[in-house]
Amino acid sequence: MSTSLASRVTGAELPLPYRVIARHADTDDTVTLELAYETAPLPAFAPGQFAMLTAYGIGEVPISLSGLPAPHETARRLTHTLRAVGAVTRALHAAGPGTVIGVRGPFGTTWDVPSAAGHDVVVVAGGIGLAPVRPIVQAVLAERDRYGEVVLLVGARTPADLLYRDDLDRWAAAGVQVGVTVDRPAEGWNGHVGVVPALVASARFRPGRSVGFVCGPEVMMRFTARALTDRGVPASRVRVSLERNMRCGAGWCGHCQLGPLLLCRDGPVVDYARAEPLLDVREL
Amino acid sequence: MTAPLLTRVARLPFASGFEPAQLRRLCATGRSAAYRPGERIFTEGGAADRFWLIENGRVALDLRVPGRGDQVIETLATGAVLGWSWLHPPYRWQFGCETRGPVDTVMFDAAAVRELCDADPAFGYAMLRRFVPVITGRLHATRLRLLDLYAAPAAKARP
Ligand SMILES: Cc1cc2nc3c(=O)[nH]c(=O)nc-3n(C[C@H](O)[C@H](O)[C@H](O)COP(=O)(O)OP(=O)(O)OC[C@H]3O[C@@H](n4cnc5c(N)ncnc54)[C@H](O)[C@@H]3O)c2cc1C
Repeated sequence: MSTSLASRVTGAELPLPYRVIARHADTDDTVTLELAYETAPLPAFAPGQFAMLTAYGIGEVPISLSGLPAPHETARRLTHTLRAVGAVTRALHAAGPGTVIGVRGPFGTTWDVPSAAGHDVVVVAGGIGLAPVRPIVQAVLAERDRYGEVVLLVGARTPADLLYRDDLDRWAAAGVQVGVTVDRPAEGWNGHVGVVPALVASARFRPGRSVGFVCGPEVMMRFTARALTDRGVPASRVRVSLERNMRCGAGWCGHCQLGPLLLCRDGPVVDYARAEPLLDVREL
Repeated sequence: MTAPLLTRVARLPFASGFEPAQLRRLCATGRSAAYRPGERIFTEGGAADRFWLIENGRVALDLRVPGRGDQVIETLATGAVLGWSWLHPPYRWQFGCETRGPVDTVMFDAAAVRELCDADPAFGYAMLRRFVPVITGRLHATRLRLLDLYAAPAAKARP
């Protein structure tokens, strides 16, 4: 389905310095960082791939690409959205414009968006899982004529946790079927309340002519993949992003092994036909 | 909304698997019901004497919590079945329900459907086979939400 460049590319072993040129606070605990290279750029990232980001002196974490450069922008900028959950992501979350961080990559398999040409595109995201699928929507809208219906279903904990609200409005205005649901509504919330797999049943797409892209907590992906296959989307055309703990990013250390897969190299994007039997495998 | 009721019901996911004759009998107990935005369809504790198939729009199930008003538990949208408290005594709504925007439904008379089920076990079984997945689907969704999957992971030492 997609290529793994990890161990062959420059920047796979040593982090290259990138400077934070913009920081946008998406929610209380999540920011989107725009990064520009200092000395030399890394090879281009494709949707689905991830970088290892280093907060100098603290540590390194895998973070997915969360945006494609606009056509007029330099293709060598990187966009990453990260949620502060521990020491490293908290340090990166605090990195303001001007801060230099280390970047290795690109790593892992891609969503392989072009292979969905001629099909309906059904993207389902939960929580921070919206970040890695955002480039899918951007790529599809950049070549809108090549795809059929475009559906984006998003689940969040509360309305305040929703990422990219401006994008969601813009995409809906551009004809994307956007469905947003929250687990816990707040005063004034007029949208859906419930889990995101439940939105699959009423979305308009042709199951036999669709490709599903799913990203979020693993349990959410399992239920969503089932909802898609229940509607008739073949499991081989449902792609999930498996995000187990990673260390080297390049298939050397074995930290992210899941069954026969080293997810940093053979994933994170895996088709559900392949992923389903592995999702019961306990983490090593 | 010009198509005959039977044709409209047959398009909804609920109808799949019903034999045409059974669906015809069910539809004989139904009629169209349209609701305005913000209209209350039923109230917690009220008599559960009907159920609905949502053809278009969205409704919110809610529960009155002292001091916090009506708390929305879940929303249901196009294609969903609304209401199952009519299936078992005491035939009282466990939640309230209000529309979110205009809603078109097909509404069924619960007492008439129960009579059909009692008189014809094959029909009753077909109804149960439609309702059980609806109920288990909602139970699964509720369990998923209990997991609070999007909550911040508890901090722990890196392995
Ligand atoms: C391929 C891949 C892509 C990722 N993309 C993104 C992204 O785009 N944005 C983003 O915010 N995060 C992303 N993550 C998760 C991110 O890497 C982790 O949150 C980060 O490693 C946590 O490191 P820390 O030092 O801040 O916290 P730690 O102290 O290491 O961890 C804090 C808590 O987070 C949990 N945790 C750590 N890693 C994960 C994980 N992968 N999944 C679920 N829980 C985890 C830990 O168990 C712990 O409870 C991705 C992970 C992978 C493997």
